[in-house]
Amino acid sequence: MDIAIKDGKIVEKVDEKKAEVVDASRMIVMPGGVDIHCHIAGAEVNSGRILRPEDHFKDVEAKTALTRSGVGYSIPSTFTTGYRYSRMGYTTVMNPSMPPLEARHTHEELDDTPMVDKATYPLLGDWWFVLEHLRDGLLEECAAHVAWMMSATKGYAIKIVNPGGLEAWGFGRNVKNLDDPVRYFNITPREILRGLCRVNKLLNMPHTIHVHTNNLGQPGNYLTTLETMKCVEDLAEEGHPAIHITHCQFSAFKGSDWGTMSSGAEEIAKYVNHHSHVTLDMGQVIFTDTTTMTADGPFQYGLYQLSGNKWVNHDVETETSAGIVPFRYKRKSAVHATQWSIALELALLIKDPWKIYMTTDHPNGGPFTAYPHIIAWLMSGVARKKTMSKISKRARRKSLLPSIARELGFYEIAIVTRAGQAKALGLKQKGHLGVGADADVAVYDINPELVDPSKKYKTARRAFKRAAYTIKGGEIVVKDGQIVRPVFGKTFWVDVKTSLPIEVNDDIKRKFREYWTVEYENYPIPDRFLHVPAPIPVKAEV
Amino acid sequence: MITLYPKRLFKVPVEAECICPDVFAEKSAKEIATLQIWEGNRKRTLGDLFKIKHETDSPTEEFTIRICGDVSKVRKIGAKMSMGNIIVEGDADMHLGEEMKGGIITVTGNADSWTGSMMKNGTIEIKGNAGDYIGASYRGSTQGMSGGKIIIHGNAGYEVGCFMRKGLIKVHGDIGRFAGIHMRDGTIFIQGNSEGRAGAQMINGKIVVCGYIPSILPTFTIDDIRPKVKVNEENVEGPFYRFVGDLADGGDGKLFVSKTKNPHLSSYEEYL
Repeated sequence: MDIAIKDGKIVEKVDEKKAEVVDASRMIVMPGGVDIHCHIAGAEVNSGRILRPEDHFKDVEAKTALTRSGVGYSIPSTFTTGYRYSRMGYTTVMNPSMPPLEARHTHEELDDTPMVDKATYPLLGDWWFVLEHLRDGLLEECAAHVAWMMSATKGYAIKIVNPGGLEAWGFGRNVKNLDDPVRYFNITPREILRGLCRVNKLLNMPHTIHVHTNNLGQPGNYLTTLETMKCVEDLAEEGHPAIHITHCQFSAFKGSDWGTMSSGAEEIAKYVNHHSHVTLDMGQVIFTDTTTMTADGPFQYGLYQLSGNKWVNHDVETETSAGIVPFRYKRKSAVHATQWSIALELALLIKDPWKIYMTTDHPNGGPFTAYPHIIAWLMSGVARKKTMSKISKRARRKSLLPSIARELGFYEIAIVTRAGQAKALGLKQKGHLGVGADADVAVYDINPELVDPSKKYKTARRAFKRAAYTIKGGEIVVKDGQIVRPVFGKTFWVDVKTSLPIEVNDDIKRKFREYWTVEYENYPIPDRFLHVPAPIPVKAEV
Repeated sequence: MITLYPKRLFKVPVEAECICPDVFAEKSAKEIATLQIWEGNRKRTLGDLFKIKHETDSPTEEFTIRICGDVSKVRKIGAKMSMGNIIVEGDADMHLGEEMKGGIITVTGNADSWTGSMMKNGTIEIKGNAGDYIGASYRGSTQGMSGGKIIIHGNAGYEVGCFMRKGLIKVHGDIGRFAGIHMRDGTIFIQGNSEGRAGAQMINGKIVVCGYIPSILPTFTIDDIRPKVKVNEENVEGPFYRFVGDLADGGDGKLFVSKTKNPHLSSYEEYL
């Protein structure tokens, strides 16, 4: 079967005599990879870069005639990030967790990330106006405000991190469960989640709410995660997801303390298998030295206390918080090895690959360059067994992996690495090779008819590490794992069309003057600020 | 033995990681001349910058590289070496013996900063003075020197042994501020004076100051007066005040300070 490409789109047919032909026989052809959750740009990422010179100096890329120089490893510089994604056949990358105040910085870095299309999610779960509107039951006003925020920050989806907890963290506190009220606002995480889920539906946003749960990274938190998924159950329309639980591995711990910590993947998988309103991504842990960075300030503080490592913690005015701690995941640590196991258990126990996607929550679980390793683990019991033999004995005893025989095939890998993610994101032109799709194609040099990935997982790993071809917007940008043409990607943002033009009232303007370091007039980002803006118009119900 | 003679005076830093016995071994003088190095931002070959003389080795002798002339702008000499000898007749620039795993480096003149940083084993001997961050970790990292010996016959600069984990640094002369900062283990032996703030944030290990030190950090507490102290196999005669710290980091490092050279510290004795 041939795939015809014209003007950056996949079309029915082209004139074969005039067209450039890429011979992909005996290879795997997939849509370009889509990453739903990966911290690649913004103030947080950049602080991580500044914090970690030792992360860079062992991973240096020299400049070539076509590409710029740069450094890795866990927090690569912007250009290197783009090149490395492209070499693996990825063409769309989503940057979660952007403090709205840092939107300008985030977009500047995204503009400097070549080779991939991208978008970013503003953090709105602890945003003062959202909390106030939801507390007062003003759902439509809240929706209008969120619509304004999407256009002001050029955002793509509503990101919620530890709802309520980050506001509480401004006063040195956290929230314990979904019904623990946030001080001074008298609103519970449950109300925030349900409120924003409704707002998301009112605005017809392409993606669901993107949630980093409460109590993340604490033993016993799988109950909170189940509760979080249940709390929006009634808001879902049949067959449509209403919530995306991101890096679910970090939210699937059982046990009462670190000594008894074990996997809660079975319970979560059971719930997800019986409900259609949830999508997840893995948040796989890789045994390496990495840099954790989330907007979850209290969690990051806890991580600092555990590791004793250097750390950054930041309260972003009235909006959110942030924290960064370098971290090494060790094979021989029972907790780290259990985390490694949990993510794989989730991916294998959830039967429908359209519900769980492959991520490392780069760089929190490990750098995205480890994706080929995860593919190998998902496709091959032998690969899992080999890693199992090297991990902590206690974790091995507790792990469910030896009892799971499932091995994903190439089609399922295509779903968990691109098709499913594009569908969850509502990117209709991505993640498939049908007529009308963007001409983002990845070709991997492995013959699925001859190679059995469950036995020859190393061959598969090698193939996914270096795409034979990456085609971005109809142009060959990577050949044999080398960049042959640097290109700029688009920046998607959701342009919500409300029935009436959104008015920002004087009260909000006054608050900007009183509480923000940036004046209201300077706050919104104009469309022309972006290198290649790609607004996605949606019609809202308000 | 291979002898390198710089062909001219270098004005910009030269990065010469390839000047290393592991790289030179079993290569002819011609092959060695084609090795790549950087002079500033220009790519050059070793033969462009150095005259290379190959002398047949006596079979009993270890592989040796001798550098005659001014290489005070040449960095990373002997980086990552694991065997053999390097003799620098003159001064050496920064990062000498960085990450070395074995062998011996001798410098007859001075060495600059970051000498022996992250080294794992082997010996570095500096006949003159040395700069800052001797045996330290790379910036931001906590993996300092983890074995081997650095002997400095002259003085040394600031933050010597930063994040040191094992091994010995011996300074015959004086030392700058913050010797043994963040030290995890190992020994720093200072025969001369210290500028102070020794052992800041140390967790473990041993620092011995035989000369004068202006003051002890307030996060150290006096523990004992010892007649002598053992440094590797050597017994150093005292008496020494023994301090324990850095308590701000819950550390249990030992700081030995000569009693006779530091009469101003006698007020600590009442806390014993």
